[in-house]
Amino acid sequence: MNKSILSERTNNAEGLKMVFKKKALMPYITAGDPDLAMTEEIILTLDKSGADLIEIGIPFSDPLLDGPVIQESGQRALHSGTNLKKIFEMLEGLRGRIRAPYLLMGSYNPILSYGKDKFISDAGRTGVSGVIIPDLPYEQDIEFYQDLKKNNLPPIFMVTPVSTEKRLRLYGEIGSGFLYCVSLLGITGTEQGSEEEIKTYLERVRRYTDLPLALGFGINGPEKAKKVVEHVDGIIIGTALIRIIKKYAEDKELLLQAIAGFISGIKEIM
Amino acid sequence: MATYVSTENGYFGEFGGSFVPETLVAALEELEKAYFSIKQDEGFQKELRGLLRDYSGRPTPLYFAEKLTESLAGARIYLKREDLNHTGAHKINNTLGQILLANRMGKKRIIAETGAGQHGVATATVAARAGLDCCIYMGIKDMERQKLNVVRMKLLGAEVRPVYSGTGTLKDATNEAIRDWVTNVENTHYILGSVVGPHPYPLMVRDFQRIIGDELKEQFYQQERNLPDYIIACVGGGSNAMGIFYPFIKARNVKLIGVEAAGEGISTGKHAASINMGRIGVLHGCKSYLLQDEDGQILPAHSISAGLDYPGAGPEHSYLKTINRVEYKTVTDREAVEAFCFLCKKEGIIPALESSHALAYAMKIAPFLSKEESIVINLSGRGDKDVETVLRYLEGVKL
Repeated sequence: MNKSILSERTNNAEGLKMVFKKKALMPYITAGDPDLAMTEEIILTLDKSGADLIEIGIPFSDPLLDGPVIQESGQRALHSGTNLKKIFEMLEGLRGRIRAPYLLMGSYNPILSYGKDKFISDAGRTGVSGVIIPDLPYEQDIEFYQDLKKNNLPPIFMVTPVSTEKRLRLYGEIGSGFLYCVSLLGITGTEQGSEEEIKTYLERVRRYTDLPLALGFGINGPEKAKKVVEHVDGIIIGTALIRIIKKYAEDKELLLQAIAGFISGIKEIM
Repeated sequence: MATYVSTENGYFGEFGGSFVPETLVAALEELEKAYFSIKQDEGFQKELRGLLRDYSGRPTPLYFAEKLTESLAGARIYLKREDLNHTGAHKINNTLGQILLANRMGKKRIIAETGAGQHGVATATVAARAGLDCCIYMGIKDMERQKLNVVRMKLLGAEVRPVYSGTGTLKDATNEAIRDWVTNVENTHYILGSVVGPHPYPLMVRDFQRIIGDELKEQFYQQERNLPDYIIACVGGGSNAMGIFYPFIKARNVKLIGVEAAGEGISTGKHAASINMGRIGVLHGCKSYLLQDEDGQILPAHSISAGLDYPGAGPEHSYLKTINRVEYKTVTDREAVEAFCFLCKKEGIIPALESSHALAYAMKIAPFLSKEESIVINLSGRGDKDVETVLRYLEGVKL
């Protein structure tokens, strides 16, 4: 059995940075799509196929940053009865069985409803290595972000091509683990900008931080990954993976095979 | 009652805020800055006043509803006739302000969400006049029940994009408008139509709507040499209510009543009474009372009135409820339709189904008040758009 590279006593923020010593591949999936038992299998497969960090989405009825593919994935997850309590139960069962660290990513309201303190204690207990809340800018709940940090749950912040100098400086300083660079203006699953634009953008972000940079939104396969990977420390793939999950949801074996093929295919060119 | 705290930092007590993806943070800061600057700008305010007068037809009358008063045999009832605005509702007060602001910010494209279609029409109208591209998001269910307004928006040159996700109503249209804004934030201004959403929208929309209450204060004084005893307005997101309440908040003798949609009845679960029945949460960028399940997933709202069919309410309303300055009551679909028909017959005025909720509540309490007391109902819109819905409802239900 593989031991997680982030053991209990390690500092998760430092551990996350270690992940980016080489180019990191970071798949995103929605917990509970098609159901939580399958999510567990999918996570194990992602880990075996070369994922360096796994983002696990908490489904929400009304996500603002998701395109149709991930929205529908969230709907399927909610339909299968997924909630935070059950997600933590699944993660509990995964402890010690995978090598790649995992993050929780989701809208603020389900976390608020679950209870912020309870969320922190359950995430800590189930081995979560960091948290991304795309609709919670730092200033809107500084106390919660500080509590996350104090409890070894580094909050990961997003920056975008229209982030002002002030915002880049803020997240460059208070951010932890890595910075999630949204590659373009738009929601998930949109076309990405040109290689040149992305390069200029990432150079700009680097001026404000020493944190590793991961690029997400619009990377749908090996070709796009290849184009951008030399400019970043990691790439995030969500929509393209979720399309595969939707396509093969009925056939577990085929699904896991397809995921393994897709992930190792991208890993190869990195 | 606690002291009312007006805010400029985006919070009303614990409610409000700006819970948005990072892509929008800079745009909202820009909007806030632009808004605070025009607030002080006499040139801007003069232009806006001119348009409100000559284009929209303000001031709207304060009408003593003699026949309604007689038949209820209690308090004297006045109607603030926002239905007589250009485009048929109070929504244009806000869209005129925001389109001038968009011009100042150099934005080339306008987007908006709409439920009943009144805000969509008011947005399409001002965008046409400004010569800007305009895209309106509308839930598929609402497009069906407010067909007339869809046609109007198209005639005004707007593109109406149907929203199929969720329940196909205002909540989903708002999601889609925000997603569009995240994508096109550089050239696009989002004209949000209610006192919801991230800061500065709740503040800005209230300020553009407060003209309703400011006019009322003056008009009522002219007619009665006094302040009204009751002011009643319907609350979906709550822009017409904030607009008429705000100038009276410090006048503590004036009772302010917001009326939410009880849909098929609170006990059936099919309602839109988020302030009465909701829990605090975050939706569409602000913290407020929301209809949500125990996992924090947003519950579908229900109301016969598309404009009230929303699972949240503006953060300032949540605050006003917490400090007990405004009372929030509910009215069912059936009561609203009854009030709709009653006003048609008694006063020759066809009210919007949204406004009919305020009317219905006034009709409940008026008979128990004396003729020394006065009620002002905010007749926020006209009901031409609703005749088909009402007809269908009447065919299905014997009133």
